[in-house]
Amino acid sequence: MSLFSSVWYLWLRQARQTWRHPIWVIFGLFQPLCYLLLFAPLLQNLSGIPAIAAGEAMTFYVPGLLVMMALFGAGYVGFGLVVELQGGFIERLLVTPMTRAALLLSRVLLDIMTLLIQVLLICLIALPLGLRVSPGSFLLALLLLVLLGLGLAACSYALAFLLRSAEALSSLLNMVSVPLLLLSGVLLPLTLAPPPLRAIAHFNPFAYVVDGARALFLGRLGDVAVWQGYLCAGVFALLALFWGLRSLKRAVA
Amino acid sequence: MSLISVSNLWKSYRWRGRSVEALRGLSLSVSEGECFGLLGPNGAGKTTLLRILATLLPPDRGNVAIAGADLRRHPERVRRTVGYVGQQGGTDIQATVFQDLLLQAHLYGLRGQAAWRRVSEVLEQLELNDLAGRPVSSLSGGQRRRLDLALGLVHRPPLLLLDEPSLGLDPVSRRQLWDCLSGLRAQGATIVLTTHYLDEADQLCTRVAIIDKGSIIADGSPARLKQESAGETLILTLAPSASASVRQQASDLLGTCPFVRAVHQEDSEQLRLSVEHGESALPAVLRLLEEAGLTVSSLVLERPSLDDVFYRYTGRSLKKAQAEAASPGAWSAFAWKGR
Repeated sequence: MSLFSSVWYLWLRQARQTWRHPIWVIFGLFQPLCYLLLFAPLLQNLSGIPAIAAGEAMTFYVPGLLVMMALFGAGYVGFGLVVELQGGFIERLLVTPMTRAALLLSRVLLDIMTLLIQVLLICLIALPLGLRVSPGSFLLALLLLVLLGLGLAACSYALAFLLRSAEALSSLLNMVSVPLLLLSGVLLPLTLAPPPLRAIAHFNPFAYVVDGARALFLGRLGDVAVWQGYLCAGVFALLALFWGLRSLKRAVA
Repeated sequence: MSLISVSNLWKSYRWRGRSVEALRGLSLSVSEGECFGLLGPNGAGKTTLLRILATLLPPDRGNVAIAGADLRRHPERVRRTVGYVGQQGGTDIQATVFQDLLLQAHLYGLRGQAAWRRVSEVLEQLELNDLAGRPVSSLSGGQRRRLDLALGLVHRPPLLLLDEPSLGLDPVSRRQLWDCLSGLRAQGATIVLTTHYLDEADQLCTRVAIIDKGSIIADGSPARLKQESAGETLILTLAPSASASVRQQASDLLGTCPFVRAVHQEDSEQLRLSVEHGESALPAVLRLLEEAGLTVSSLVLERPSLDDVFYRYTGRSLKKAQAEAASPGAWSAFAWKGR
């Protein structure tokens, strides 16, 4: 059976599940909405932060928020897979003649689409709050987020295949995601960080993605942060996809 | 014609840093139309063998061919030949019964109206019509097991592999499932099932292989296995008035019969006769005693169980072996589930 057909039928099944209860997609927006409505206004009233120009606080803050949404949305999708691994559904699929890679690709595809919908909704809500971004820059930023979401979802599934336990997955994701988030300058610019923290952040690929998304939102398309962000997100997505497919292969062999 | 051909199959797992052999040079062949049962305690290697046949596990060594297709070289051809129902089932609890079956039909390459028609046929075949629109999550255990079976049958596989099909079912659901499987067998389906229920193997299977510690230790029809290994027993009760000398006379008389292997005096009234063919021996014994003028109060034919067969080959009871396998030190229940 072709990869395309396998992905299509599994994607349809995943989409039906997700959109049968759209309330969960909306609930997924609650945390970023809280940050947008309860935290972002604090930045607007701060002065003296060199990285944030006057009147640009919301445009500066929203890209970081979107990266955070990707981390906590696409990064945690492995839980659904663990449930299906434990319930025997995945085993049932593996006995069919479908292309096995479709198991991962169909899920990742839907996760990216869900992330994009959430990103669009948050940006629409942020517009009246002061977000200013050109359509072209916004589309380029979406591409960056797609690469990031793809990498995060693939990593989450790879871990789910390896661990096969919701408890283990939860502990590991929490342990990894919080330092990654704090060292990426999502909440406040890393220029405020003391030199040791900034040095550590240089090794955090998410920091480059956040900087790249910010540069795009602020219309600085020629900024070095843009290509650095794409490079980090692209390499991360490729490696994660490779890891995800390899874990799938090892898990079913 | 042989539908399944397995020769010298080996499979081991790593568990807590050591290698544990789940299959040790196992060989078997299953012909078309057979209902073949793999009987053994937990951890004997039944599920490992079935998962290898379903292409879920690669063997370490040995050859496996299903319907002429080599398992390693043509796994996709094998998958089209096999309908597999795992121990856990694998239904999609978020879908309705119809949606779940339709997904399965699509994954086997059925499209459009053909897929819908086939799903309707399977629903009717397994009497799931009334449940088609119901969410899978709302089905009872027995209904869900029938849906598992339907999922395995959607693509009309010539071979159905069932791993512990009635595990956890109540007696009524179990009986319904047996009826379904008997119906499939009557239609000519080839079925391979694993079980540790003796009555299930006895009831459903035309052939049984007893598997223990990764090897097949006995193989044949349930009746033949029982007869060969344990023979049959006639329990003879003489009239209560019979004296000790009369009982001795009966014992001596029966001991000379060619079809009686041994005579044991059970208690003051009963004699146990080990015989080769109980059904033909029964009237012969009656006739002999009648001719000798001895009054029989009752004569009962006791057939051996598959547990007796297991005992004969392994020196331990199947029920006891299961208890051992379920004990905390047992390795094999964990071994294959770890992956």
